[in-house]
Amino acid sequence: MIAELGQVVAEKTYELTRDSLVRYAGASGDFNSIHYRDDIAAEVGLPGVLAHGMLTMGFAVQPVVDWIGDSGRILDYQVRFTRPIVVDPTDGATVTVVAKVGALDDAEARIDLTVSYNGSTVLGKAQARVSLASL
Amino acid sequence: MNPDLQGRAFAPTAPYLVGREKIREFARAVFAESPINHDPEAARAAGYSDIVAPPTFPVVVQESTLQQLLSEPDAGIDFSRVVHGDQRFTYTRPIVAGDELTATLAVTAIKSLGGHSMVTAESTIVDADGEHVVTAISTLVVRGDE
Repeated sequence: MIAELGQVVAEKTYELTRDSLVRYAGASGDFNSIHYRDDIAAEVGLPGVLAHGMLTMGFAVQPVVDWIGDSGRILDYQVRFTRPIVVDPTDGATVTVVAKVGALDDAEARIDLTVSYNGSTVLGKAQARVSLASL
Repeated sequence: MNPDLQGRAFAPTAPYLVGREKIREFARAVFAESPINHDPEAARAAGYSDIVAPPTFPVVVQESTLQQLLSEPDAGIDFSRVVHGDQRFTYTRPIVAGDELTATLAVTAIKSLGGHSMVTAESTIVDADGEHVVTAISTLVVRGDE
């Protein structure tokens, strides 16, 4: 048995900067300007430039990948975007990910992710189902 | 939003050829440090034909189907009011460099909730042999007038 119910299998902190957002925009092709322009973000009533939700979803699963050793073991991954992450131009944003075993049987584990920024969770129902076959 | 979108048939997208450097670029952007995302030798040792894309890479292929949806002339979706509500990926296998992928869109649900509309778009992504790779499911929330 490589995991037990309730066990924290991974924990990691990510330092996002404006550079991270520009890099993700280029890599993903999502050039929505609320992710890099303060004037546009303010115009549409946002508290600041926001991280792409899909960037947060993208790195939040990485501690699980590192734990399980192979992203091919991920069978299903879902998140709900509940709060935005505001990325300050000088201080950036610090985001923590805690990955915990939420359900378990012989073949699979459901890993529940708690992703927090500034004392609040930013994703709801963030879950990855992973295969434990022949581990 | 136009309720007739649900059940409408959309044409498959043009094939997307997954490049090795694109996977590396995406992996760096999502802080993916696993050797199988970067090093072909490590990927082959793990049983893959080439480097493996991170779990959320399918969004790059899914994107063109969401564009199809938003640009449907009678969709009635104002892009500036669209917020990403949730996202899910269901995998048969991970995407690897060299894959040629085609995505087909289906609108599986349209709901109204307190002045907002919610549309669930499901993009089925298959490889050059027509075999299923991953399904990407997005719920988009279209904010109503405030």
